[in-house]
Amino acid sequence: MTHDLASIRAILAQVADPEIPVVSVVDLGIVREVGVRHVAITPTYSGCPATHVIEADIRKALDAAGYQDVQIETRLAPPWTTEWITLEGRDKLKAYGIAPPDRRTYASCPQCGSDNTEELSRFGSTPCKALWRCRQCLEPFDRFKCH
Amino acid sequence: MERALYDYLLRRGDDSLILSQRLSEWCGHAPTIEVDLSLANLGLDLLGQATLFLDYAASMNADVHNADALAFHRDAAEFRNCLLVEQPNGDFAQTIVRQFLYSTWQKMLFDRLAFSKDPTVAAIAAKAVKEISYHADLSADWMIRLGGGTDESNRRLKAGVEWMWRLVPELLVADEIDNELITKDIAPDPASFETDFMTKIAEVFAEAGLDVSPLPRNFASGRRGYHSEHLGHLLCTMQYLPRAYPDAQW
Repeated sequence: MTHDLASIRAILAQVADPEIPVVSVVDLGIVREVGVRHVAITPTYSGCPATHVIEADIRKALDAAGYQDVQIETRLAPPWTTEWITLEGRDKLKAYGIAPPDRRTYASCPQCGSDNTEELSRFGSTPCKALWRCRQCLEPFDRFKCH
Repeated sequence: MERALYDYLLRRGDDSLILSQRLSEWCGHAPTIEVDLSLANLGLDLLGQATLFLDYAASMNADVHNADALAFHRDAAEFRNCLLVEQPNGDFAQTIVRQFLYSTWQKMLFDRLAFSKDPTVAAIAAKAVKEISYHADLSADWMIRLGGGTDESNRRLKAGVEWMWRLVPELLVADEIDNELITKDIAPDPASFETDFMTKIAEVFAEAGLDVSPLPRNFASGRRGYHSEHLGHLLCTMQYLPRAYPDAQW
């Protein structure tokens, strides 16, 4: 079959992150390079257990579309950064209730939009998120850590 | 196989692996849910680093299949971690002291290791150092909170320092394996950041109301496989399953 980059990219854009299923591996910037013979991915955190699942999910999606011979390569350098999360990915995170990463010292509540928020713990439900609380609507929320 | 690099990878991988195993003992037992999550996340980061270092080491040694073989099928005398990371958790204060001393040192080491001439070592370190910054900050915050908390938390913190302090010098010595890699620009000389390390310790100790005692002479050689009695017990738990059921799969 013919290998075209556009359809491989389209397949990858459909592979959801296992922990935050509203964003794809492309939205998160995990996919570093797409070629007709290989796809390069990078882990978010060294110990993120989702990394193995992500690789298996990409493999499954490529195989199902007939791209069994496209190799998946894991690349450590340069290290993943939240800067690589796409604008679309950031919007999706916010809509899902996760404050997207940014360099501000405070976070805006993804529920009510208030900036009157506080950090409860720098470690949240996954390695990439911190636990915050909105002082306005009193709801707790996850914030994607700037990394 | 380059013997010095192989040993160096075991030292880095084993430090992370053993400390990770220790932290995992807190899972479900920490004082608050936030602390429970924090310690588990620290352990997870360390486990990720251990996997990367030990997989790299395994790739250099034809007798070893992968990181798991190194983690689960070596005995205590073959481990190359420092004695600090294998010390028992004790109470929360003792765990925090161990973490603060190790993470502060590891952050400074990995900042430099990120510029290693060995591209794989540099990549692992550059990735890990971002995570280690969190570990160093979190443990420093807790040092200060416990030191300035109640008489009881202050007493426990002091007891934790009392236990761990004698194991700090091991972090700062370089032996012939370090020296070979220092010459090749693969690893940094720990002496190059000793002053920064002691300054940081003094800063946080002062805020926590602790005195900095002079460092004793180093007596430890975990890097050569001479461990405290605590490591064997830790390995019994960590290695039990893969040894009892050698082909066990998830």
